[in-house]
Amino acid sequence: MDWQFTDDRPIWQQITEQLTMGILRGEYPPGERLPGVRELAAQAGVNPNTMQRAMAQLEADGLAAGSRTAGRTVTRDQAVIEAAARARAREAVVRCLRVLEELGYSGEKALVFVKEELDHA
Amino acid sequence: MHDTLVACTALTKRYGSKTALSGVNLELGRGRIVGLLGPNGSGKTTLIKILTGLLQPTEGAVLVDGQGVGPYTKSVISYLPDRMYFADWMKATDLFDLFSDFYRDFDRTRAMSMCASLGVTPSDRLKSMSKGTKEKVQLVLVMARRAQLYLLDEPIAGVDPAARDFILNTILTNYNEEGTVLISTHLISDIEKVLDEVIFLKEGQITLHDTVDSIREREGKSVDALFREVFRAHNVEGGAF
Repeated sequence: MDWQFTDDRPIWQQITEQLTMGILRGEYPPGERLPGVRELAAQAGVNPNTMQRAMAQLEADGLAAGSRTAGRTVTRDQAVIEAAARARAREAVVRCLRVLEELGYSGEKALVFVKEELDHA
Repeated sequence: MHDTLVACTALTKRYGSKTALSGVNLELGRGRIVGLLGPNGSGKTTLIKILTGLLQPTEGAVLVDGQGVGPYTKSVISYLPDRMYFADWMKATDLFDLFSDFYRDFDRTRAMSMCASLGVTPSDRLKSMSKGTKEKVQLVLVMARRAQLYLLDEPIAGVDPAARDFILNTILTNYNEEGTVLISTHLISDIEKVLDEVIFLKEGQITLHDTVDSIREREGKSVDALFREVFRAHNVEGGAF
């Protein structure tokens, strides 16, 4: 996992997002045991409490389960993984549309670009 | 064991007519990594030296683990000073002997393995070591103790950025989980990721004490960016430099 952090938001949120992407990309497959908090913290070069908070959020999102002592595993619930992937996809579209709107393309005009790009591919 | 590890009340330190600390109130919990941030001359070293007992406060009180500064608090504090205080004919292993004698919580095996991972040869004399390597030796001495409170005064100032990452990692992976680490520095961007909370010290007073997360959440910027804003040097009026 290649960790990267930006300045504008709390680091634990960025870790939760990157771990979530790791799960959705299959780097951490369903049912697999996640590394321990201290190990992940050392990997990412962050404070263990920060990593702990990120993991707690991952649990709250239903993507991981377990305990601090026994270790956590990635959920096997495909519906949860699917829902997380859809949420990410929606966010990506919203971001993209926002940029297009700043450039003056909205509604049907924005859709033209998407269709063109799909045709090229 | 007290929940509050460090409690300072109305702490003031004057050097003659100069006030270094003024009415500082501070509480630190356990299991935290805390950044003590401020420009040169803001009182960081003075505060740390009062906690170690090297300086006496002019006014106010300090409790560490519920006790006044004395032999007990010294036995639970591991202190990295801002300058080297060892004779340079000594080897790192001589220092390990010294620390084993002085501190019951010094773990020699851990010190040796930390040397190995930091690339320090413990049988070398300090005289033959570079500045950065000496700093690493000092850090090993301090982090190899099972202390409750680690006071690190500018631990990363003299080493290159690659060594800096390694040193921060050493701090992260070696501190006692029940213990608290207080790191003073002005190199904030380098250490921001490892901190739980930060203290801004300005002209001897605490102007901010908060967690890194809530600062980022509230301000929408890094602690480093906030620091530059708060401590921006003001140009002298009429003085065009």
